[in-house]
Amino acid sequence: MRAIVTVIGSDKVGIIASICSLLSKYNVNILDISQTLLQECFTMVMLVDCSACTISFADLALALKAQGEEMVLSVRIQREEIFDAMHRI
Amino acid sequence: MINSGEILSTIDMISQQHLDVRTITMGISLRDCAHPDAARCCDRIYDKITRYAADLVKTGEAIESEFGIPIVNKRISVTPIALVAESSETEDYAPFAAALDRAAHETGVNFIGGYSALVQKGMTVGDEKLLRSIPQALAETELVCSSVNVASTKAGINMDAVALMGRIIRQAAERTADNGGMACAKLVVFANAVEDNPFMAGAFHGPGEAECVINVGVSGPGVVHHALQSCKGESFDVVAETIKKTAFRITRVGQLVAQEAARRLNVPFGIVDLSLAPTPAIGDSVADILEEIGLSTVGSHGTTAALAMLNDAVKKGGVMASSHVGGLSGAFIPVSEDAGMIAAVKKGALTIEKLEAMTCVCSVGLDMIAVPGDTPAETLSAIIADEAAIGMINNKTTAVRIIPAPGKTVGDTVDFGGLLGMAPVMPVNGGDASLFIARGGRIPAPIHSLRN
Repeated sequence: MRAIVTVIGSDKVGIIASICSLLSKYNVNILDISQTLLQECFTMVMLVDCSACTISFADLALALKAQGEEMVLSVRIQREEIFDAMHRI
Repeated sequence: MINSGEILSTIDMISQQHLDVRTITMGISLRDCAHPDAARCCDRIYDKITRYAADLVKTGEAIESEFGIPIVNKRISVTPIALVAESSETEDYAPFAAALDRAAHETGVNFIGGYSALVQKGMTVGDEKLLRSIPQALAETELVCSSVNVASTKAGINMDAVALMGRIIRQAAERTADNGGMACAKLVVFANAVEDNPFMAGAFHGPGEAECVINVGVSGPGVVHHALQSCKGESFDVVAETIKKTAFRITRVGQLVAQEAARRLNVPFGIVDLSLAPTPAIGDSVADILEEIGLSTVGSHGTTAALAMLNDAVKKGGVMASSHVGGLSGAFIPVSEDAGMIAAVKKGALTIEKLEAMTCVCSVGLDMIAVPGDTPAETLSAIIADEAAIGMINNKTTAVRIIPAPGKTVGDTVDFGGLLGMAPVMPVNGGDASLFIARGGRIPAPIHSLRN
């Protein structure tokens, strides 16, 4: 199952490292990353493959959210289909 | 891969503009639960609902978590109980409502709809027993919603039922006087009721429906409002196009959720209902959209035209995004559930008469309107008759969900809490309709009902 991870918040050292190491810990493969910095707002979008993830999707979402809260960031993971449904015919 | 801008726009819709799926509603047929013994019938109803809907809430929550889209309500609609209960040898229908309530609590849903009767042409013995039990049934249960269809384009208006419903609404309010007349917030009087409506309080699982289906109601007034903020000063052509595109996106999400829920629950997908359903939250208001189109306040002249355009554009955008569209499918204008509507009523800009005009061009009707507690039953019946006439003649669904708030008068407010919101008590016309209502009988079906 492919999903989109989004990270939004103020820029600081170690955002990518911390999110990537969490994904790696649960065996989630990163397929693509794009990142922008608009003024001080850091935005990262990752396409990931969760098919070999070692925990449930709901637990992964909670783990990412908690990791984000530690760094005062909004971190979400959502299945790719919702974006396809909304933006592709 | 979808580009980052599109991804972030979706996230913005969900986190900032209140985009959600308003409801996943499981429709369950109870026709096979009928039994001469009322207690056995109630047991069968409870058993069947709890069996079919056992995983409904859990599945809804799983979809919510995986797709990152809030699914605000999980609900159940059932066969109109009058059709199921009338085989039972009993005068007391309240136990059927209690069985529905217990099943709703057991499955964890927000509401269960279908304590209903379809009496547009006449009442059977069972229909009348159900109607007369509505005040008690709604006062003694928490999650049960009731609806009565009193008119249709094909059958005309059953004025005996209209007269009875005025009295029933009064009784329902009086029985829940401690709670602002809360029972009336769970009671809808329809013309041209639809069989696959996922929204409460008017949902029931029509007799023409399958054994069990999943219907989904989308929402998203905040998203439409936000999209229109980039169209300031543009022509109506641009406004309509923008609404269509937005409605398409919203509905695609609804369709995705509906199909996913149907697949996981192993139940056929029924319909997606394309309704802009507001909530009392700031920024989730249909009134805000109308004001963004250019009205200083909802209720001013121009409101009906703006609403007609909005309603039509939502349908045109939504219909391409879903394989089966049904239910009510139109913008809702419930007063108590829409912060912009509440503000307009408080300013004196929005009256019942203007709301009645607005119901000619949108879904559904006079919805969540509080009126003085001493409003005569005949006046309530006359309000129902007016709405039913609009529905009958225009071949559309109309409804009345009106609360004669006990002990309250114009200027007071009634707070129902949660999604039902807060209703300012609105003035009604003081003229007397008692002779009109006392006539009884049926208003014949209009000439354009003869289409064969």
